[in-house]
Amino acid sequence: MYVFLIRRVLAAIPVVVVVTIFVFALLHLAPGDPAAIIAGDLATAEDVAKIRAKLGLDQPLMIQFFTWAGQLLRGDLGNSIFSAHPVSQLIGQRLEPTLTLTVMTLFISILLAVPLGVIAAWRVGSWIDRGVMGFAVFGFSVPGFVIGYVLIWVFAIELDWLPVQGYTPLAKGFWPWLSNIILPSVTLALAYMALIARITRAAMLETLSQDYIRTAHAKGLATPHVLLRHALHNAAVPIVTVIGIGVALLIGGVVVTESVFAIPGLGRLTVDAILRRDYPVIQGIILVFSGAYVLVNLIVDMLYTVLDPRIRY
Amino acid sequence: MSVYRRNAFRATAAGALALILASPWSAIAQSVLRLVPQADLKILDTVQTTNNITSNHGYMVYDTLFSLDGKLAAKPQMVESYSKSPDSLTWKFKLRPGLKFHDGQAVTAKDAVASILRFSKRIPAGVTMMQFAKEIVATGGDTFEIRLNKPFGLVLETLAGPENPLFVTREADAQLDPNTAMTTAIGSGPFMFVREEWVPGSKVVYKKNPDYKPRSEPADGFAGGKLAKVDRVEWLVIPDSNTAVQALIKGEVDIIEIPQTDLLPLVRKDPNITVKVIDRVGTQAIYRMNHLIPPFNNAKARQALLYATGDQRDYLSSMIGFAEYEKPCWAVFICGTPFETQAGVGDWAKGDKKANIEKAKALLKEAGYKGEKVVVLDPVETHLAHAQAVVTAQKLREIGMTVELAAIDWGTQSARRQIKDGPDKNPGAWNIFHTWGGGLAMNSPLSNTPTPSACDGKNWFGWPCDEELEKIRLEFPLAPPEKQKEIVERLQKRFYEVVPYIPAGQFFAPVAFRKNLSGILDTPRLVLWNIEKK
Repeated sequence: MYVFLIRRVLAAIPVVVVVTIFVFALLHLAPGDPAAIIAGDLATAEDVAKIRAKLGLDQPLMIQFFTWAGQLLRGDLGNSIFSAHPVSQLIGQRLEPTLTLTVMTLFISILLAVPLGVIAAWRVGSWIDRGVMGFAVFGFSVPGFVIGYVLIWVFAIELDWLPVQGYTPLAKGFWPWLSNIILPSVTLALAYMALIARITRAAMLETLSQDYIRTAHAKGLATPHVLLRHALHNAAVPIVTVIGIGVALLIGGVVVTESVFAIPGLGRLTVDAILRRDYPVIQGIILVFSGAYVLVNLIVDMLYTVLDPRIRY
Repeated sequence: MSVYRRNAFRATAAGALALILASPWSAIAQSVLRLVPQADLKILDTVQTTNNITSNHGYMVYDTLFSLDGKLAAKPQMVESYSKSPDSLTWKFKLRPGLKFHDGQAVTAKDAVASILRFSKRIPAGVTMMQFAKEIVATGGDTFEIRLNKPFGLVLETLAGPENPLFVTREADAQLDPNTAMTTAIGSGPFMFVREEWVPGSKVVYKKNPDYKPRSEPADGFAGGKLAKVDRVEWLVIPDSNTAVQALIKGEVDIIEIPQTDLLPLVRKDPNITVKVIDRVGTQAIYRMNHLIPPFNNAKARQALLYATGDQRDYLSSMIGFAEYEKPCWAVFICGTPFETQAGVGDWAKGDKKANIEKAKALLKEAGYKGEKVVVLDPVETHLAHAQAVVTAQKLREIGMTVELAAIDWGTQSARRQIKDGPDKNPGAWNIFHTWGGGLAMNSPLSNTPTPSACDGKNWFGWPCDEELEKIRLEFPLAPPEKQKEIVERLQKRFYEVVPYIPAGQFFAPVAFRKNLSGILDTPRLVLWNIEKK
């Protein structure tokens, strides 16, 4: 196992290096000029050129890359071209909201979707099954921003239970923190619940048709025991895989929900940086994302061995 | 339960209770004004960038030597007194006593001089003034002089310019190259920037400057006493317009600087909210042609665009959609200002669509247009520019032009419009882009950025070239006030012969705020002093 872990970590290094080079090249080859955005709409080309020179953006691409890579090797992600904030600080400011949203969304999704998927498989063809699958289709089909707006209207405006927008750090109080995160988490959880419930049902259906399940029933084991200990345990590998993908997507890809609820997460930081061509910020975030993806995949691979003793590395 | 477990349980419970009690409501009550700004503050340097949001930040933390009052007249602000020599070549200024920067340092004449010099290397009004200046020097701790080579009639207007204002920074900050970002925000204005709470993309925080010494006159436009009447101001960046409006309705925010117009009916229904135009000057929508490449390197083809545009309401209704906030206006230097004139405005403005199309086609024929592709840049995520681009594309098709509507983002437009070459040399070549300019910048030949037409290729993107137009424009700063209108009339007449750009109409963006606020000033920019929150 340890050998596998070390091998995987070592294998991740070239992946991150390739991602780094690819992202750097892609960003700098794409049209756009941060100097022009800094200078403002009414600046002249001469003003823009002077700012570009000050930022070092008129240097050959290779020099710019090696300057950045050199900083990176010293553990410095550089500074934002615009605000001059260190990129690590910008990412640090966004980590708490992003992780909070990720954990809460997964908590709600797993808590509700796995039991729903298990029950749907157990009662396949019944109204419960059809209801769960109908809900899954709904969860997939309705765009997140629509769900967000409806939740805001009901729970923030009409009932006045929760705030419309914003994020309060946990350090400023438990209820302010929780109240800000409920609606965006539920918004996101609907889609993930749909996904996890469908996968759980499909995996469970396959497992429930196995001979050992029939044997368990024949031995007189209680249905919950059969479903949870025998069936769900063996159906867990695809479910864990989907949850792992969900974690990776939630860390970087919830821009719409972050925008609707004004949550200052990593997704919005990424989009803002891309729109402004804030190269150091984009490069830093992509680096963090690629590291997070590698880590999540590693954890999922580890969990496989726990859930299925047949899997050995 | 073991002692250890019991202690652990108690510690956890106490921690949870502390977290719950540590809510914002348990903090000492202070008045907090929450604003949804027009954009996110990314750059602190008011000289390096001409972006409005950075100027708005400047109004919070810095002060100005002069400011425009409600009638757009320049009034002393940090300056206590000033005089002009009989030959108009020497201007003497004395600063008000007791002015202090947020770090406690006194504001001196050296700070003012360094700030003027940095501003004048970058901001067009200052650059022009420096063409007339021999030197700007501190003559004492609180006195300085602007010495000119020849009379320049717009010294006070330059020092008081509200679009890219001349903010006074510490001398050390002002000695930075204007193209290098100033990352400090230590001013002497009514609010202090709280750097440690700044989260770019989310939140900007200011607190009241307890040492600020306001003028004794009441606030009037940008001038008069800048009294901070709230303890703290928070700019909350809410990227989704609908969410911002819901937050205003619920009272989570107090002001939306520029609410999206299609949501205004929702806002107006709420009895606790006021929607008001505070900017009486407005904003001019424009589109600019690339004058260096065909077909718009030909004046006839550019004149054809005037006829194609014809009725500006097509643009305005697409951008704004509320007639009360729209004003068709062909006065280059802004309707409703002293320089409004109809000089040179032709029959295209009558809005007879059929006649306009025929005339435009005839002009295109005269220009030798043979169906070459016209690339219209369309920054789709920037509503005001996108709405204009779509209308322009349709209007050009109606007059028989072949149009490529190039869907891009604003960042790409900013880069792509720098390309001077034609499509044979550069696939990124462009013919038309759209933008807009604040009325207070566009209303003077000195500060209207797209009008300068010197043939050195250094003027604003699109690079119009007409020596006669430029000659008339440069008469303006030399002229006494009573002659300026006549110059503007000649200038506009020539403008519509050579057509450096097309004005697509004037609009007024309202501010939405909760009714528990009072004291919002009628200024072309929302300023946050004088506002009281009940």
